[in-house]
Amino acid sequence: MNLAVRNIYTIAKRELGAYFTSPVAYVFIVIFLILAGVFTFPLSDFFARNEASLNAFFFWHCWLYLFLVPAVGMRLWSEERRLGTIELLLTMPVTGWQAIVGKFLASWLFLGLALALTFPMLITVNYLGNPDNGVIFCGYLGSFLMAGAYLAVSCLTSAITRSQVVSFILSVVLCLALVMAGWPPLNDMLSQWFSSGVINAIASISVMTHFSQFQRGIVDSADIVFFLGLIFFCLFTTGVVIRSYRAG
Amino acid sequence: MIKIENLVKLFGSKRAVDDVSFTVGKGEVLGFLGPNGAGKSTTMRMITGFIPPDSGSIRIGEFDMLTDPIRAKQTLGYLPENAPLYTDMTVYGFLNFAAELRGLRGAERKKAVQSAVETCFLESVIHQNVDTLSKGFRHRACLAQSILHDPEYLILDEPTDGLDPNQKHEVRSLIRNMGKRKAIIFSTHILEEVLEVCTRTIIIDRGAIVANGSPAQLKAMHPDFGSVLITVRNVPEADLREKLKTLPTAAQIETVKNKEEAVTLRVYPKDKKSSGLSVQVAELAIQSGWRFDELHTDDGRLDEVFRAITLPDTVKKSKKEGPVITVNV
Repeated sequence: MNLAVRNIYTIAKRELGAYFTSPVAYVFIVIFLILAGVFTFPLSDFFARNEASLNAFFFWHCWLYLFLVPAVGMRLWSEERRLGTIELLLTMPVTGWQAIVGKFLASWLFLGLALALTFPMLITVNYLGNPDNGVIFCGYLGSFLMAGAYLAVSCLTSAITRSQVVSFILSVVLCLALVMAGWPPLNDMLSQWFSSGVINAIASISVMTHFSQFQRGIVDSADIVFFLGLIFFCLFTTGVVIRSYRAG
Repeated sequence: MIKIENLVKLFGSKRAVDDVSFTVGKGEVLGFLGPNGAGKSTTMRMITGFIPPDSGSIRIGEFDMLTDPIRAKQTLGYLPENAPLYTDMTVYGFLNFAAELRGLRGAERKKAVQSAVETCFLESVIHQNVDTLSKGFRHRACLAQSILHDPEYLILDEPTDGLDPNQKHEVRSLIRNMGKRKAIIFSTHILEEVLEVCTRTIIIDRGAIVANGSPAQLKAMHPDFGSVLITVRNVPEADLREKLKTLPTAAQIETVKNKEEAVTLRVYPKDKKSSGLSVQVAELAIQSGWRFDELHTDDGRLDEVFRAITLPDTVKKSKKEGPVITVNV
């Protein structure tokens, strides 16, 4: 195995282990699954819709992740700073980006696991009707990418501060901005003052806009590039923040 | 060899480290002394590649820390200040993680962890979670991490901080033993540690090196170094002074104590470097039939030298504390 890959693997393994040795992971998964269920069934009238699809399920994800993903990502770097282990980690023969990617991938994998545990939804719709599983798969892919984008934002905010609370709040605010930019009621309001070009430009930076494509079963490379680009940008900025923290 | 040249680090407008240069070779244990906030940790953080210097160069063996950090870091072991650890891991898990990052795999890794655990006396807590450990064990767990890969160069920031006297003793002898094969830099507040462990000492104050030499050389900077103390019973002070003055190598004589029948005098040599004064004083005492309780040569006190060097000038003037010591770096 390549040295960089090995370092990323080692760091990711430790990070993932850290989730599961504390109750955080289990609490998170349980809350996520309960909320996903509550939003899908009672709140969206899943059964009354009489649709063989998971639209009611995916519709809520950009709001659900708004609080849950920052809760997962808030400790990534702030904890390292608080404990001082960042000094230990970055004086090991690893590069800064290996550490950033390793930690990010571990958390993303964890979110992926939580998302995968919603499989009973898939079984339910398949039992009750004949859904288009391709569309559902697209929804899952989009949801996973969106979780990654939120997580990258949290990763960035956690590098800024040694307080997990501050990191969480900053991250929620930034993610909220990313959602709201494409929220139809807001866009309608803005259309009173701005031309449609401006509105579209604002909406195009919203995760909601890009995620809705996946919900419809459309995998557009532009949407994938958007999410991956957002992740790359946030992780790159995390690197810059950590470098400036080290420089004093 | 660790070679540091003209290292400068600014925090805002404050020069935290100001033009620091030194080298440490294999077989050397360099004690890094200085008051709090003098720049010890900052210097060590730069040497280990955690923070970049504003200017200067750092060479670890054949590698440059600034241009080839990964290979330079591979040859280094580092114990940061306050011994940070991942609190959600067991000692064993933590050491395995560190060993993996050090590139150790399989049987090699097992052996490395095993030997570090033995060296640092961690057997009894190996499967315990780090956050349940006492400070001493935490410190040793972090120390174990730094020696896992048997590095050629070791940087230890206050390695005995928070340890009990027995543990301190163990860690000191560990450092001394490792120092025979490695180049070690360690910082401390404890002066006796320096005398016990170091082959060389650097005192740093307000970011700059103010003294550099072996512990013995530093002690020799003390004004009382080489003077002979003698305590005699039942002889008047004036008589003693009279006789001692006749010694060819004696310079001035000071009264330390004159109480009841015992008089303690300090005789300074004319030349600090010659060591014959005590013998002459002893011979004189025997010839004169003095009953003396005490006779010894003062070999200087490191704590006073340290104080004199590192006290701010204003404090020195206002309090008139400590002997006046001139420093030649």
